[in-house]
Amino acid sequence: MSAIRHLRHARKPAAAGKGLKTSAMIASIAAEGQKTRSAPFGHALVELAKTRPEIVGLTADLSKYTDLHIFAHAHPDRFYQMGMAEQVLMGASAGLALEGFMPFATTYAVFAARRAYDFICLAIAEENLNVKICCALPGLTTGYGPSHQATDDLAIFRAMPNLVVIDPCDANEIEQAVPAIAAHDGPVYMRLLRGNVPIVLDGYDYKFEIGKAKLLRDGADVLFVSTGLMTMRVLEAAEALAADRVSAAVLHVSTIKPLDVETIRRECARAGRLVVVAENHTICGGLGEAVAADLTRSGVRTAFRQIALPDQFLDAGALPTLHDRYGISTSAIVASVKGWL
Amino acid sequence: MTDPRSDTPKLANMSLARRAFNIRRLAIRMGQVQGQGYLGQALGIADVLAVSYFHALTYRPEDPYWEGRDRFLMSNGHYAIALYSALIEAGVIGEDELETYGSDDSRLPMSGMASYTPGMEISGGSLGQGLTIAVGMALGLKRKKSSAKVYILFSDGELDEGATWEAAMQATHKKLDNLIAIVDVNNQQADGPAKEISAIEPIAPKFEAFGWFAQRVDGNDLDALVEAYDVARSDPQPRPRIVIADTKMCKGVPFLEARDKSHFINIAPAEWQQAIDILDAGRPA
Repeated sequence: MSAIRHLRHARKPAAAGKGLKTSAMIASIAAEGQKTRSAPFGHALVELAKTRPEIVGLTADLSKYTDLHIFAHAHPDRFYQMGMAEQVLMGASAGLALEGFMPFATTYAVFAARRAYDFICLAIAEENLNVKICCALPGLTTGYGPSHQATDDLAIFRAMPNLVVIDPCDANEIEQAVPAIAAHDGPVYMRLLRGNVPIVLDGYDYKFEIGKAKLLRDGADVLFVSTGLMTMRVLEAAEALAADRVSAAVLHVSTIKPLDVETIRRECARAGRLVVVAENHTICGGLGEAVAADLTRSGVRTAFRQIALPDQFLDAGALPTLHDRYGISTSAIVASVKGWL
Repeated sequence: MTDPRSDTPKLANMSLARRAFNIRRLAIRMGQVQGQGYLGQALGIADVLAVSYFHALTYRPEDPYWEGRDRFLMSNGHYAIALYSALIEAGVIGEDELETYGSDDSRLPMSGMASYTPGMEISGGSLGQGLTIAVGMALGLKRKKSSAKVYILFSDGELDEGATWEAAMQATHKKLDNLIAIVDVNNQQADGPAKEISAIEPIAPKFEAFGWFAQRVDGNDLDALVEAYDVARSDPQPRPRIVIADTKMCKGVPFLEARDKSHFINIAPAEWQQAIDILDAGRPA
């Protein structure tokens, strides 16, 4: 008993005073001054729904926090509030899909991955139903601590047959992904960035395609293989490294499953580059391990490192603090890569 | 607008007692193939299935996914042997197929799955999921302005599952008067009597408190079941309905009824034919 008590009270009181950073829920992961667009998922879904009458939207008491409220206001008769009940959210989505509708079901990534897993697996994925599960707060995008930090969702959903898994980088990609996942006949899990979402890919003539990795930037010394918002970070890191005469390429892999192994193998096989896989996810079971396993299976030999969250329950706190602490801020990435070269 | 369901051909005129008898007999024959199966549940629920498929439901046996059909969902996937029997009796599945029950590549696996069997609307088996899916289907039918209904069978053990109550609350909130649940109360779940495992009772007042129209009947009394289904279907209030059916495990085969109650009844090889003979002796008209 004493050991348990000790663990519970291991934290010491923080020093009070001015300049403390907040861990309050934030509406955006954008840096100050960064270009953003508001609620890209909600607006893209409203637009798509005009020509796809089978689209319906469901949420488990989180429409405002997944940008689905935009859809609810535009199409109130096509919006279903399921209450704070993720299991019936997913089961009812399956039922609506069985009746020919295309449900977009939203909640936080933690609740979909952990609480509603069995319903997504058996009611939706096993029957290959046309349900699009779109979830906010992926990885470490909230300072609320482990109850809200979906550090394990990619690993959990990557193991589910039939499910397409998408981790978009920015507003541009979310806007393109919404019609693309609707055009895909089958279940999809997509991580959502919500609120004021950074615009990153506008300058890259980027075209989102399910199952396609895209080279955003070429380079001779380092190949970043990245997903989700970490692509934003490694693009910044690549710029910073260039100032130090380190030439870094960025391969953006927004579809975690099915993985574009052809492109990944080809890029990783290029001689003389350090491969660094970067993801907003635990080091266990996400993109990094997927790439490592495929390279091993296919006989591609390369120097390999991972930028990922540690295999721990993460701290509560302010996001910039936590991103530095766990090595996924731009400056932390630059420091790690320099140390590895 | 005319109801597209009104031209449904009437099924052959046969007594519900005979239908229930046939369902029981088919279930025993299927269990005999593997020398095992959830026969206790199948014999207990045969009367509910007879009333469902030969009194309440509108469907086309030759077209199990006909859009105008009433949906019959089975959440308790291990009751598959009973539903296969009803589907054979209804003409959805051929009788010859029962010889494949539980065998490799059969369309009749031991636990019911939608992707395997014609007429199996959902994959049951992860207990507590069925009512959540039924809520979605009922919402979907309302969106389509269909007059079809969703019937959902689940077991008393599934009342332990929280999702059942999430769904029960939403069904009321969404005024799903096209949803009719049937809960099989045989007081038997994997680890023992359901009522000793969790405080599932009183079931009817619980559902009433959740806003449902609830009736409790003897689930092995065909007349009582017919009346309960009729009353459930004609309730004028915009609310979901439930028929709580108290059933007897192994009903219809007295030597099995008398056996120590168990989730999975063990039956010796010679007893399968004995069960059929006893059943046959009481064949109804």
